[in-house]
Amino acid sequence: MSSTLLRTTPALRGALRASGAVKPAAGLATSFVRGKATLPDLSYDYGALEPYISSKIMELHHSKHHQTYVTGLNSALESIAKAEEAKDFAKAATFAPLLNFHGGGHLNHTLFWENLAPASREGGGEPDGALKSAISSDFGSFDSFRKQMNTSLAGIQGSGWAWLVKDKTSGTLGIVTRANQDPVSGNFEPLLGIDAWEHAYYLQYENRKAEYFDAIWNVVNWKTVAQRFGKA
Amino acid sequence: MVNIGNLWQYLAAQAPLSSVLSGDQFNATTNNMASSITTYTLPQLPYAYDALEPYISAQIMELHHSKHHQAYVTNLNKALESHIASVVGNDIPGQIALQQAIKFNGGGHINHSLFWQNLAPASSADAKPEAAKELAAAIEKTWGSFDDFKKAFSTALLGIQGSGWGWLVKDGISGLRIVTTKDQDPVVGGEVPVFGVDMWEHAYYLQYLNGKAAYVDNIWNVINWKTAEDRFLGTCDDAFALLKASL
Repeated sequence: MSSTLLRTTPALRGALRASGAVKPAAGLATSFVRGKATLPDLSYDYGALEPYISSKIMELHHSKHHQTYVTGLNSALESIAKAEEAKDFAKAATFAPLLNFHGGGHLNHTLFWENLAPASREGGGEPDGALKSAISSDFGSFDSFRKQMNTSLAGIQGSGWAWLVKDKTSGTLGIVTRANQDPVSGNFEPLLGIDAWEHAYYLQYENRKAEYFDAIWNVVNWKTVAQRFGKA
Repeated sequence: MVNIGNLWQYLAAQAPLSSVLSGDQFNATTNNMASSITTYTLPQLPYAYDALEPYISAQIMELHHSKHHQAYVTNLNKALESHIASVVGNDIPGQIALQQAIKFNGGGHINHSLFWQNLAPASSADAKPEAAKELAAAIEKTWGSFDDFKKAFSTALLGIQGSGWGWLVKDGISGLRIVTTKDQDPVVGGEVPVFGVDMWEHAYYLQYLNGKAAYVDNIWNVINWKTAEDRFLGTCDDAFALLKASL
């Protein structure tokens, strides 16, 4: 998973790498030294996706909404650790919905920022190479894929996401939707995510969400999607 | 005749008609339904779009009522029309496939209709908790104090993950409970919806942005306690009789 998801102080990073786990120090009996999730920086300015996504939306979405998921994830992890320490496993399990919601929110938004790019740079256009072939073969054509993705996005009832995914067993591409912040997991590898929560578009598009779903293709970073496809 | 009260019952039952009726009875019913299906319309608000200022902006109210609520009404009518065709055509898979659209859009229509009615301009007498004497007594009995109830209700609202609603409901004769529902799921388990608060982002975002706690704080200024009292003293059907008058 992306290294930006769990960033720690430099001193801790070595230990994290060495153990390959979030909880590095098996020898520390009572006080865990753990990595805290932090808000990843964007690789472009808040105004860089204009006019398709406004600067104000980007700033709130990243600095407020995503930050809230990061804070909520750390808080859930802390609560679970405390319950674990007290050997109260039933209590630890009660934090599962918060872990899923905030952990999913952190993961989804991190993937989302990386699969967007300014239209003046890598954003927009169409994929090429192996990804283009796979999309053509699994959806008929790139246009057909885009239409199917927009239909899926428009069909979400409430808050959620739509994803282009690769099925790890069959190797084929597909579209899935997820409610709220449920992350894509299991047999699917997420390649491209589009946020269909109202906070992702409302300040600019209000109730006209179809316009947002049309516009966002101008800022999709196909280079990132192709890299994810290559690794999956 | 399908009216909003029956829609509510329909959503509660969630059973394709053809599974409980058969033969002549089934055909007679579907013919009757096909000829008398009601087209739902957007109810008028009992106040102006700017009447809930400064707590809910006129811009939010206008979009929320004329666009969002209208979309639920339009899509409900579409889904019901297709559903009737499926019933008449003995197409059970088709009926089942439509249930989610009916639940979502029918729920959206019910929830928003109840919501508009349980809001009132802050300066009106209806917006004062004194307008709900019996309800207030029951709330104090259940939560200890009115403030404790408000805290519990606000916490429930802020705990919703994603889109949804918070409701104070009357369960049985006088038992009060706070429930939250996801997306547009309506409260249709037999409880009386006393009042509801919309926690979809479109209900507050243009004014409050990510600060939903401030929206929740402010909504208390525009709760219609008169409507809440009436619903508390009445039955499920009464709640919808009130609605039908405005449809």
